[in-house]
Amino acid sequence: MAKTLFLGDEAVAQAALDAGLSGVYAYPGTPSTEITEFIQNSKQGREGQVHSIWAGNEKTAMESAIGMSYAGKRAMVCMKHVGLNVAADPFMNSSITGANGGLVVVVADDPSMHSSQDEQDSRFFGKFAMIPFYEPSNQQEAYDITYAAFEYSEKYHTPVLIRLTTRLSHSRAGVERKEARPQNPLHIEENPKQFILLPANARVHYRSLLGKQEAFENESLNSPFNKYIDGADKKMGIIASGIAYNYLMENFENHQCPYPVLKISQYPLPSKLIAKMVDECETVLVAEEGYPFIEEQVRGVLNRTGNIIGRLSGALPRDGELNPNLIAKALGLPDTYGMPVPELVVPRPPALCVGCPHIDSYLAINEAMAEHGKGKVFADIGCYTLGALPPYNAIYTTVDMGASITMAKGAADAGLRPVLAVIGDSTFTHSGMTSLLDCVYENTPVTVMILDNSTTGMTGGQDSHALGVLGEICKGLGVNEEHIHRITPLKKDHDANVELIKKELAYEGVSVIIPTRECIQTLSRRMKKQQAAKKANS
Amino acid sequence: MKIDIILAGVGGQGILSIATIVGYAAVKRGMYMKQAEVHGMSQRGGDVQSHFRLSDHEIASDLIPMGKADMIISVEPMESLRYLPWLNPETGWLITNSKPFINIPNYPDVDKLNATLDGLKNKVVIDADKIASELGSARSANMVILGAASPYLQLPFEEIEAAVRENFARKGDDVVNTNIACLRAGREFAEKMK
Repeated sequence: MAKTLFLGDEAVAQAALDAGLSGVYAYPGTPSTEITEFIQNSKQGREGQVHSIWAGNEKTAMESAIGMSYAGKRAMVCMKHVGLNVAADPFMNSSITGANGGLVVVVADDPSMHSSQDEQDSRFFGKFAMIPFYEPSNQQEAYDITYAAFEYSEKYHTPVLIRLTTRLSHSRAGVERKEARPQNPLHIEENPKQFILLPANARVHYRSLLGKQEAFENESLNSPFNKYIDGADKKMGIIASGIAYNYLMENFENHQCPYPVLKISQYPLPSKLIAKMVDECETVLVAEEGYPFIEEQVRGVLNRTGNIIGRLSGALPRDGELNPNLIAKALGLPDTYGMPVPELVVPRPPALCVGCPHIDSYLAINEAMAEHGKGKVFADIGCYTLGALPPYNAIYTTVDMGASITMAKGAADAGLRPVLAVIGDSTFTHSGMTSLLDCVYENTPVTVMILDNSTTGMTGGQDSHALGVLGEICKGLGVNEEHIHRITPLKKDHDANVELIKKELAYEGVSVIIPTRECIQTLSRRMKKQQAAKKANS
Repeated sequence: MKIDIILAGVGGQGILSIATIVGYAAVKRGMYMKQAEVHGMSQRGGDVQSHFRLSDHEIASDLIPMGKADMIISVEPMESLRYLPWLNPETGWLITNSKPFINIPNYPDVDKLNATLDGLKNKVVIDADKIASELGSARSANMVILGAASPYLQLPFEEIEAAVRENFARKGDDVVNTNIACLRAGREFAEKMK
């Protein structure tokens, strides 16, 4: 079959469709967003009526997927690494319920934090849940592994995790596809107690999960995605997992490494292959993207022999992404470098777009807050996080989805006055609603500004669940109607907006101000589409 | 044969259209390709780059090792310099638009910037915006830059032209012809510089 050019994310999506997927559940998050978008735009997906509408957050996504698996069909959940924290409760418990229809969780990690607040390594979650997990090294493997993951999940009635990293998610290469399988019919498990995690049931199912561990390791030992490639020179052996394998091979002519190489793309770790390498090689270099997950397990906390090297030993940097040059240095190969960056080159950080509604919101916030001094604006995750940078310097916190409101609450509880929370419309429905409910419950003096640009902007303009109903939601959560205001973030309304913010800041209770104006990016795309449609009709 | 290219620019400038076209031509020849892109936060007016690799043989890494890139193709002059550590210092070529994109308060002095570019050994610095505007489509500056890079791409020019036609076909003959004119103008400019 001819190869198709796919991003790593797209290869996962296409493989899931070909494996007979019935539904994908996800909340957008870089670098995972393109998986779901691919399915949304796929003819195959539409024809197969594959569910692909965005979920409210990663937890609701995970739960919906467990439900689809319960009903016998194949489901996939996609998220970025920090999304798995949000989904952790259903994720961890899904390892106890197990799966009926194939259940695959895809998590895209972001080492070097290109678009994230940490670089946590999702392999720990795979180990924590004691389920099988994969780490593809290239786009073809992303496809093959996703396809295989559904089979694995149904064979052992277990959820399976696939861990991607930014460079694989967002890199394109040719991929060969397999034959498409039909979707599963609707089918409820004969023993539905599996999904009732009362302690008495859960104990039984937990033991069943423990009982599968040996089989999982055997699968890893015999996996086509794990390879022991012998080498003549046993002075060194190299364990390379995921995309680190490619960076390693880049350093050798015709990709022939003189040392034995153990390529790992499937977990739990195949301990026999690791023992073979440690036994026959003088030193073992562990090259892995993310945390020293393998290295730490192989060397142990005591590090008795000292011959296992990698990120912990300092042979590779402890943080950040790997690349071919870092591996070359760790192998003692000559490093290469072009020319230095000329001094006149200055950083060009990302910035709010020209015409962005958040700019007007921040100008109003800064003016209203000027008399109250610094440190009293709590913000959240989204384009508006860029308000932390000059020229705005408007916000003081960004921690996780929804934290703006609850951190403002905690600060208000501590006695800080006045406090202002800034959160986007989509982030608010993701994780801000319960935070607001906490404030309402205690009538905390907090002013919440929900910047409504009618989209999930940072990830490229996905639908927002709150479209048109933000005021209603706040009212429903118990905010006094007199303190819910919609304003338009435009220059001409600036003075009135400043006055209103000041007034609500003075109120000793919960107020919500909703500056409403469409994201300039989605607006311009919509206009272009309209123009094209007009042209086509004329 | 292998070609390793760093594509550079500012988020929103559309550096990836160059990769799409060259990639199409290369894959049609049966070459292997890998292209690492930047999505997400950095796309909001920040510096963006793409590692674009083509080869007759299977490609291992999605990232080009430092000092090994054959070309930097940039749609913005300061951005072209940001990736010099990746360019092969002996044989690498830098092809860049000379038109600055200034969205930061501390953008360097343009004369100094030009002097730095002048000091490089293998370079083509071209006012792609001006040439594209003269040919009737300011938005086709990327095709002028691709044309300027084409003499160093080791791909037959007809095949690049065919890829441009293919890429713009659905937008109609006018758009195809303008883009081809921009591509040729860029190539002509680079040939004269040789």
